[in-house]
Amino acid sequence: MADLLFHFFSILTIGSAFAVVYNHNAVNSALAFLVGLIGVSGLFVLLDSFLLAVLMILVYAGAVVALFLFIIMLLDMQGGERKKFSKPTAVAALMGSGLLAVCIVTLFQSFGSLYQPDATTVVPVGATLKNYADQLFTTYLLPVQVVGFLLLISMLGVIVLSKKFEGLGDVK
Amino acid sequence: MTIGLNDYLMVAGLAFAIGFAGVLVRKNILVIYMCLELMLVASTIALVAFSRFNGTMDGNVFVFFILTVAAAEVAVGLAIIVALFRRRQTVQVEELNALKN
Repeated sequence: MADLLFHFFSILTIGSAFAVVYNHNAVNSALAFLVGLIGVSGLFVLLDSFLLAVLMILVYAGAVVALFLFIIMLLDMQGGERKKFSKPTAVAALMGSGLLAVCIVTLFQSFGSLYQPDATTVVPVGATLKNYADQLFTTYLLPVQVVGFLLLISMLGVIVLSKKFEGLGDVK
Repeated sequence: MTIGLNDYLMVAGLAFAIGFAGVLVRKNILVIYMCLELMLVASTIALVAFSRFNGTMDGNVFVFFILTVAAAEVAVGLAIIVALFRRRQTVQVEELNALKN
């Protein structure tokens, strides 16, 4: 059952990642990103880290994608015509895909012989909320404070960036 | 066949690669930014998988901080994009070439 769910969520993640890249409309890309986040949080549930799965939905799907959709609709940009690929781009794409093919072939040749740790013997420590509290308020106390300060700074930065300055003249 | 660490890492690597391809291929700056977020999310999959199969807590806590930083980053980045659009009236990266020459 867990294997089936893993395949379902990973296909959901990868497929919607493709959809993000290949959609011409930016709104469709944002919605595909939303679906991909659902897949990622499903993978997190399969990895026994339930808090992160919920946070993924709350923070990314709730705040980040909503913000993206707001900005996309606010800016109301046009699709823009496609330019033809230039010659260096074509050469680079050819070389890149060749390297990727080599990597994939090597990966599949060595796939059976790779060391694979067993999930059943390892205790899932990320599953309980108590462990998070324990870590965040002892070992990672300073990073928590720094991150709080970072959020404050970014809030101030956004306010300054979106403010119109009258007396500044035309700074290009 | 049981699902192990390697399968999760494969998914994470694939999602990261697709996001990176999107950053290189797309011309719309908002979609490029979205693909950057996709790369960030893909790296969090790898971190959580490592943490789960290692039996330690640190990867999970690290992802927790990544989520916070990503939220702050998106807010600032989108504010910069809006400011850019107000000045230049475009979000296509080909036309944002003020630093060229």
